[in-house]
Amino acid sequence: MSTHTISVLVEDRPGVLARISGLFSRRGFNIDSLAVGPTEDPGRSRMTIVVDCAERSLEQVTKQLNKLVHVLKIVELEPDRAVERELVLVKVKADPAVRYQIVELAEMFRAKIVDVASEALTIEATGSPAKVQAMLELLDPYGIRELARTGRVALSRGGKGITDKPLRVARPA
Amino acid sequence: MKLTGAQALIRSLEACDVEVMFGLPGGAILPAYDPIRESSVRHILVRHEQGAGHAAEGYAWATGKVGVCMATSGPGATNLVTALCDAYMDSVPLVAITGQVPSWAIGSDAFQECDTTGITMPVTKHNELVLDVDRIPGAVAEAFHIAASGRPGPVLVDVPKDILQATTEWAWPATTDLPGYRPVARPNAKRVREAAAVLRAARRPVLYVGGGVTKAGAETALRELAEAAGAPVTTTLMARGAFPDSHPLALGMPGMHGNYAAVAALQEADLLVALGARFDDRVTGNLATFAPEAKIVHADIDPAEIGKNRTADVPIVGDVRVVIEELVTAFRAAVAEEGPGDTAGWQRATAQWKQRFPFRYDQQDGGPLKPQHVVERVSALTGGEAVVVAGVGQHQMYAAQHFRFDRPRSWINSGGLGTMGFAVPAAMGAKVGRPDELVVAIDGDGCFQMTAQELATCTTERIPIKVLILNNGHLGMVRQWQELFYDERYSEVHLGFEVPDYVKLAEAYGALGLRCDRAEEVDATLEKALATDDQSVVVDFRVDSHEGVFPMVPAGRPNDEIILGPEFSPEEQAAATRREVRA
Repeated sequence: MSTHTISVLVEDRPGVLARISGLFSRRGFNIDSLAVGPTEDPGRSRMTIVVDCAERSLEQVTKQLNKLVHVLKIVELEPDRAVERELVLVKVKADPAVRYQIVELAEMFRAKIVDVASEALTIEATGSPAKVQAMLELLDPYGIRELARTGRVALSRGGKGITDKPLRVARPA
Repeated sequence: MKLTGAQALIRSLEACDVEVMFGLPGGAILPAYDPIRESSVRHILVRHEQGAGHAAEGYAWATGKVGVCMATSGPGATNLVTALCDAYMDSVPLVAITGQVPSWAIGSDAFQECDTTGITMPVTKHNELVLDVDRIPGAVAEAFHIAASGRPGPVLVDVPKDILQATTEWAWPATTDLPGYRPVARPNAKRVREAAAVLRAARRPVLYVGGGVTKAGAETALRELAEAAGAPVTTTLMARGAFPDSHPLALGMPGMHGNYAAVAALQEADLLVALGARFDDRVTGNLATFAPEAKIVHADIDPAEIGKNRTADVPIVGDVRVVIEELVTAFRAAVAEEGPGDTAGWQRATAQWKQRFPFRYDQQDGGPLKPQHVVERVSALTGGEAVVVAGVGQHQMYAAQHFRFDRPRSWINSGGLGTMGFAVPAAMGAKVGRPDELVVAIDGDGCFQMTAQELATCTTERIPIKVLILNNGHLGMVRQWQELFYDERYSEVHLGFEVPDYVKLAEAYGALGLRCDRAEEVDATLEKALATDDQSVVVDFRVDSHEGVFPMVPAGRPNDEIILGPEFSPEEQAAATRREVRA
């Protein structure tokens, strides 16, 4: 098992998210995260799906996704050839005694304090999955009250877009 | 020209050359039933929506065209779900039209509301909730295109009542615009050449033929390939009739209840050429020990099938008819270059297995009637000139084993989903599609009772079918598993022979009811049934409830553990397990 990031270009139709998430669950694949939003092209959305599965299963899930009529293109984004980011909002317990330590920690991760209350701080951080994870681990001892993450979004590096790539990642044999 | 949504819907069906549809009206679909009165589309009023779905499937199996069914919202739609799932599993081209509550009421738990597109999403190739009256023709055109092309399957179009009542300017789309749907038909030429090379070099090849071959109309090409390569052919439950059983290279059916020769050949093969087949668990048994020495050439129009269960050495995506035709050409070229292959010894071995380990049963004079005997006599008396339809269970296996299938599209059954109750409505649909042919449902008593009400449809719509019930008074296949795997602890499998009285039931439905419980009366009974053309016939064949289906590979076990059954001696079983070939 390993984590894979796939980028799925879909037609923006009612139910397309349900079609895709339903396919994952009924074929027994686990979604680690799924982020969806509009693209440069009206009528099309991009989903970034992080899935934890074996290579062979990834091929199967990609082929099954390709069969959905509203799925236009799928590519797997290799970590070293893609930019991957996640945004996290984290509310940390921050008594006056430790408050400054937390602010310092946030600064080290180029994160922002976006809300201040008498006993807590809310931090906004953006970064690679590894960076976000590292920050959360360091914040954990202070006491994380709540956490909201966007899930991973990603684009390939270089000048080409998803539409310039071969149409299907599952190449016709 | 201004039309209502309902008129546009029916007109769209006409534009798709629909000649017949099966359905049952209700509140939300009511507007669509008004223009049906003037339409060229024949509507057949079923007694249950599941019957409409299976009838549309039977029609599609029998003709190769898209079957059409229609139902109302809520329970009408949910009653279609079994048939949709059945069609999805067996790649049957189907278009289902369902009514929906008015668009402004969607989500309010209105009367007879259900989330039809949500419920059917996992069991359809595609579906659409139409929310704009102008979209109706496009949705229907796309539905037919998607259902029939690529790997066929069911497509559902859900139309709210207010959309059916709204007005639109009629415009039939010249083309369909589906950027995300592009099935690959033409195979990669290099892969085909690779396949030809391994086929030429193989000493023990088997053509493993699935339902895709019939769907692609590839029977002629298949025969050419088999004869050119001297390769034995096994036809799966979905492909019975795709290659003539009477052909010397025919091994019969593989799998859990397949012919010994077919199962053994797959295990011993050095090459499997899988054509429109999907390495289903009922064929492979334990996957890890299936065909252990075989290289795999896998041709299918659905790329997702290739490598799903068994890794392919030579994967080929394409229409299997085109694949086989190009493979024949490439094979001949390979032979011209490299010299002919040699499969003579292999053909001798498989022929010996066929002859030594056939399907065997013991019909004793005066003894209980054996179900296999009934099927064998149907095959003999019709000369194979019939469309045979089965549901699921022992009767299905007896039919698949003992009827001699020599023609394509002469066998219809519920393969993947295993739907009890499939046979009667599917036979009705098949008869509508091929009215000049004899359509015989070989059914079980358990199955028959699930959808027997469609006999009323057969009678009122003048669709005469034969229904031969192999009545063993039990849910026979479940009983067989309890006998073999649960120490004969029979639990909830006894139905009894007497209730219902199938003869009286047949008569109540306007059909001819016959009964037979003795082997020596089978021919006379069948002759009477076959001679009756003006009404449907139901025959209650009272058969031995102790009979089991053999050979058998227990579920999940290796095919090597095939059990020949009680009609074979321990010595024969041992020889079969060794896969002995006599010198």
